[in-house]
Amino acid sequence: MDTQKLAVQIDDLTVAYNYKPVLWDIDLSVPEGVLMAIVGPNGAGKSTLIKTILGIIKPIAGTVSIYGKPYSKQRKLVAYVPQKGSVDWDFPTTALDVVMMGTYGKLGWIKRTGQKEKKIALESMEKVGMLTYKNRQISQLSGGQQQRVFLARALAQDASIYFMDEPFQGVDATTEIAIINILKELRKAGKTVIVVHHDLQTVPEYFDWVTFLNVKKIATGPVKDIFNDDNLTKTYGINYKVAVNK
Amino acid sequence: MNIQEYFELVWTDYTLRTITLGTAVLGAICGMLGSFAVLRKQSLLGDAISHAALPGIALAFLITGAKDSGTLLLGALVSGVIGTFWIRGITSKTHLKSDTALGLILSIFFGFGMLLLTFIQKQPNANQAGLDKYLFGQAATLMESDVRLMIIVTGISLFVMLLFWKEFKILLFDADYTKTLGFNTKFIDVLITFLIVLAIVLGLQTVGVVLMSAILLAPAAAARQWTNNLGTMVLLAAVFGAFSGVFGTAISASQNNLSTGPVIVLVAGVFVLLSFIFSHKRGLLFREIRFRKNRTDLKLMKTLQFMYGIAQEHENISHPHAIRILNNFHGFTKSSLKKLEKEGWIAIEGQQWAMTPKGYKQAEEMYNQKTT
Repeated sequence: MDTQKLAVQIDDLTVAYNYKPVLWDIDLSVPEGVLMAIVGPNGAGKSTLIKTILGIIKPIAGTVSIYGKPYSKQRKLVAYVPQKGSVDWDFPTTALDVVMMGTYGKLGWIKRTGQKEKKIALESMEKVGMLTYKNRQISQLSGGQQQRVFLARALAQDASIYFMDEPFQGVDATTEIAIINILKELRKAGKTVIVVHHDLQTVPEYFDWVTFLNVKKIATGPVKDIFNDDNLTKTYGINYKVAVNK
Repeated sequence: MNIQEYFELVWTDYTLRTITLGTAVLGAICGMLGSFAVLRKQSLLGDAISHAALPGIALAFLITGAKDSGTLLLGALVSGVIGTFWIRGITSKTHLKSDTALGLILSIFFGFGMLLLTFIQKQPNANQAGLDKYLFGQAATLMESDVRLMIIVTGISLFVMLLFWKEFKILLFDADYTKTLGFNTKFIDVLITFLIVLAIVLGLQTVGVVLMSAILLAPAAAARQWTNNLGTMVLLAAVFGAFSGVFGTAISASQNNLSTGPVIVLVAGVFVLLSFIFSHKRGLLFREIRFRKNRTDLKLMKTLQFMYGIAQEHENISHPHAIRILNNFHGFTKSSLKKLEKEGWIAIEGQQWAMTPKGYKQAEEMYNQKTT
């Protein structure tokens, strides 16, 4: 692991909305090429951690670096899938248009999207199996389809690190499998994928790396080494029996 | 003057032409920028800004003593912008929600403005009258220079909007995501808000502080009913706004000079009402028609399903059965039977019905959920 590059490195990160810290003194290193779950109870700061890494929330203290440089210099290496509930799906636009937004970052200010961006967007939609819905108004998509559109939008960013905030929330089993297969493909292609995840049962099956978080970082490392009762108990505060190492 | 005379006069009469052009341009820019306010769920922001502009008008008069609309509107712009920033400050720095912040700024600024207006009216010099026209607007006072200013500002807004179209759209849809892509969301946000403030200030002379938000929101709300495309929505809102301006002016001029601002707002309201009812996509009327049609279709299918169940038990699917074995519970009525026959799904002979192979297939497919 020493020789492996670090995709994300976080030092002494503290975030507070009011007086109470949401994240407390987090040190975290994520090696390149892992598929990592961030797990922890509600209010543990999982989404906040991702949003702070991405610069949406300003920390009180601490630094975040992406491949050794501050995030502001490395934006093009990073893609983001927000929680699908964070936007208004009645917005007057089509699925393809939303996916096209993934190309805006590389395009920069003022420049218009062209054939090249459209091609990228269509390819991304095909990867998530949404090509037939490209002209659909987004309010007419099901929850699972909305999630796939968001995933396609992140794929259109063509990044090295993908951050996803609960991509499996409220989707059916078919969509969940489709999404996890795409994530595994990303990992195969050498990308780093970091996912806020809720379903502990599927952690060993889906992920190879895991971070336990509850305001403080409890543990981080390979699933096979650290996904055990001890860490689960420390994170969730109750004795948690999960079948590991099937 | 009746409406017809108005539309003949509008091409020749200088005053009428100026006012009509002014209200049309105003309606267009307000509709255009109002779409952004509606989609950002900041509908009330327009109301707060327009009320917040009032003390600016009064102060501009007190300080400069000038009464030309340019000076007064500059004052309105300054206090409108200050009000907007205070609203943003309150929402981001305190625990208060935006509706509370909007309400606070709206009433405090408006109260202060009214106080200044009464103070001005008590002044001894005779030059004070006429400021209260900014309360409800007075389109008749529009001059060519005012209209020219409106056209210039509208042109600039249109240019800025087209230039930053992509940035506006993504910010409206997903602000956090926009930030992660590296766009300065604060800049885009301030730009949109500033354009909205500009449009409101432009309209104060015509529509007035109190009714200004209606001309901002109504065309946009009406336009949203007709389209699922942002560009079309903005364009439609501009058209609705312009028509509201023209028709409002026409009605007010032809009906014994009814106050123009309220009439424009009411015409815009009619656009909203018609759109809510008659829009083919989201309108109440078509939704009701679709709902009824679906219900009759489903009833028909229910009858067909029952017939399918009976026909299945016979070797010959087209074996005739008595009509009276059907009852209301199976969705049976005389007209539904006729419809089934018209579709070619059953054949009726005397008091008996028989399933056709086509009807059998239809029912079977529905059973397997193969139909769409």
